[in-house]
Amino acid sequence: MNKTNAPIVLEAQGITKRFPGVLANDDVSLTLHKGEILALLGENGAGKSTLMNILYGLYHQTEGEIRINGQRVLFHNPRDAIMNGIGMVHQHFQLVPVMSVVENVILGSEVMRGGGRLDIKRAIQEVSELSRHYGLAVDPTAIIEDLPVGIQQRVEIIKALYRKANILILDEPTAVLTPQEAKELFRIMHDLTAQGISIIFITHKLKEVLEVADRIAVMRRGKMVGAVSPENQTESTLAEMMVGRNVILQVVKSDAHPTDQMLRVENLSVKDDRKVTVVNNVSLEVRAGEVLGVAGVQGNGQRELVEALTGMRPVSGGRFFIAGQDATHFTPRQITELQVAHIPEDREKHGLVMPYPIEDNMILNAYFKPPYANGSLVNRAAIRSHAEALVSDFDVRTPSVVTPASSLSGGNKQKVIVAREFSKPVKLLIAAQPTRGIDVGSIEFIHKQIIQQRDRGVAVLLVSAELDEILSLSDRVVVMFEGRIMGTLSMAEATREKLGLLMAGSLD
Amino acid sequence: MSTLATTSKSSWRELLRYSGWIIAGLVVVASIIGYLSNAQVTTSMLASTLRQSTPLILGALCGLLCERTGVVNIGIEGQMLFSAFIGFLANVYTGNLVIAVAAAILAGMLVGGLHAFMAVYLKMDQIIAGTVINILALGLTGFFYTAGLTTEGKLQPINLGPLADLPLVGPVLFNNPPITYMAIILVFVMHYVLFFTQWGLRTRAVGEHPSAADTVGINVNRMRYINVIIAGGIAGLAGGFLTLEAVGSFERAMTNGRGFVALAVMIFGKWTPFGAWGAALLFGFASALQTQLQFIGTIEIPHQFIGMLPYVLTIVVLAGLVGRSRPPAAVGKPYETD
Repeated sequence: MNKTNAPIVLEAQGITKRFPGVLANDDVSLTLHKGEILALLGENGAGKSTLMNILYGLYHQTEGEIRINGQRVLFHNPRDAIMNGIGMVHQHFQLVPVMSVVENVILGSEVMRGGGRLDIKRAIQEVSELSRHYGLAVDPTAIIEDLPVGIQQRVEIIKALYRKANILILDEPTAVLTPQEAKELFRIMHDLTAQGISIIFITHKLKEVLEVADRIAVMRRGKMVGAVSPENQTESTLAEMMVGRNVILQVVKSDAHPTDQMLRVENLSVKDDRKVTVVNNVSLEVRAGEVLGVAGVQGNGQRELVEALTGMRPVSGGRFFIAGQDATHFTPRQITELQVAHIPEDREKHGLVMPYPIEDNMILNAYFKPPYANGSLVNRAAIRSHAEALVSDFDVRTPSVVTPASSLSGGNKQKVIVAREFSKPVKLLIAAQPTRGIDVGSIEFIHKQIIQQRDRGVAVLLVSAELDEILSLSDRVVVMFEGRIMGTLSMAEATREKLGLLMAGSLD
Repeated sequence: MSTLATTSKSSWRELLRYSGWIIAGLVVVASIIGYLSNAQVTTSMLASTLRQSTPLILGALCGLLCERTGVVNIGIEGQMLFSAFIGFLANVYTGNLVIAVAAAILAGMLVGGLHAFMAVYLKMDQIIAGTVINILALGLTGFFYTAGLTTEGKLQPINLGPLADLPLVGPVLFNNPPITYMAIILVFVMHYVLFFTQWGLRTRAVGEHPSAADTVGINVNRMRYINVIIAGGIAGLAGGFLTLEAVGSFERAMTNGRGFVALAVMIFGKWTPFGAWGAALLFGFASALQTQLQFIGTIEIPHQFIGMLPYVLTIVVLAGLVGRSRPPAAVGKPYETD
């Protein structure tokens, strides 16, 4: 498909955006043709979101100009961008959960009856017409919070189309979708472009880019590296453009040799903060020397499962055993003392004390013991040398060990956590979303560390919403859906399609 | 977010969900029985219920407009007290009750503006901002009040002709002074504005998910400013009720916790105008009952305990009967764009 002959609808030229101390966009240029899907590829922090926020009027460029259909435009706020036909579907949906689909769609551009009154009936009609016309099935009167994320995303697209958008910016739209939902989204994207709508599709997933894009623009460290056509690209050439060096995407690992049972979970049930049972009668086991992957779309009880297994959340039913010991009602400290390492899902909330220096973060699991503790006093010298050794072993990029954790990049924060957790003997590793939102280099490093631990005889429970991560690291896979285990698969059985179906709750 | 079926919906919980209706039903039955046995006492008690509930419903409407737009307002007490004082002074010096009511409303809006400035512009902790207002109002009114100021009267009941001649409901509902009527009208107006107008839709969106509103071009902070100021005017009307309609003069700290009870009323009413109205009537009824019991004086309970009745009811209702109600999601959080 070559759409480069179609007229140019949007052109950004020489966009530069400076934040205090950071050059987020450095002389970036981009063109978008009518009816084309342009993938904007780049790692976190490469400047994709900054560029899109400028195009949507949320930020203002320091230098450079934007032209729409050849006309120079200046956006002061999103309203200006909307008026110029730009619509954006944010990564975090901008929908009011307690309101209906139609209320969300018309918000800010309401259908009125005069006297400030809403004309909900006519609004419902308009929304139904839009959803029929573009093949975006949705019930206009449904309440947002009752809808699955895939449908919520559709509402976001309808919201943009309702505002007469002909340029759609989709920010990481597949991050929250099952593979099947993503397929459906791609179908919708193709339908939309067939009707003359142009799409900018932001992502860091290489597979999707090759599947759906007409053209690919790659950004790295605030600069546009180049725009290429997908026909003559592979995942590894794209990864190289994105990172700037050769990356090994495939995790190299030998076959697992599972031995003793390290974690046994029996009929475990856990409630979330709203007292709703979100882990429902889950049973599983992990043996020393194997990686058990827990796949599933976010929000299907994985977080609560991990929190229960690490002692952070009370268990409402069932039991679990770590190295043969009943740890159901243990505190996090007691569980750590059973030689359990934990890489938490939310690294900034549960993994690190953000304002603390790196050296103090490195001993959070051992500060109460010699050599770091000397009675009730701390031994600063021991802490310092411990941290310095770990920083160099785990390649944490930091000016010093007294730098606060908050000033590290995502990848380096995660390395600090991994370094701390692996600095003591480990029997069981519980890793939740270990590589979420970090750069490709750090992902590579952390994956290697996890496999190394496995080969040393550690039992690994890996919870991840990234199917690729699950597929490349696991030795067995279980899929969670609405708090239940939908099935256990060996790696031979675990195809993307099969996992995708289980993740969507389908049992056949 | 996937919702899982809760294990069992107990019938107790179902009962609690309709607690408002059940209580309302009991009150209606009790009043009919009361009217049949002693018409005069029942009529005066229900009229007193309505009077007692007026400042509460106005306060609660103020609170819910603020919270629906995402601003916590625990300064209702102070707003009411300050405007009660200003309304009273206006009455003393002009002798014109219309001007006095307008002054009370303006005073409320002024304090509302101050709250909005602290909460929206300075992004202060909104509990602190509310506390500042309460302390400020108590201090200012206490300092400037001089005993011995007199007025030429207070707002008188307006008889709505034939409607007022109906048995029981006539004297209770259709023979009231103006602010009481206004409070009832405001309940309907507020419900209509919040759920059927553009302004209401935007207000609720700003209180639930401000960035969603921002990305479609709604000015979040402007919405919050205006709503908090309008809400201040409603609290001002409540203050005016106290000095210009109920008592006719000012006393130090005369709001006597009504601003806080109004907050409880707002929560009991689950942030809806009709819910708040029902709750305000319930508390009004408890206050009326309390006065009536003290009047009869034959019951062997120390009057301090009877006086506690409305407050005990507040605690019981809030702690036990309301069940889980959900405040607007963004309430209390200043809106910051990054």
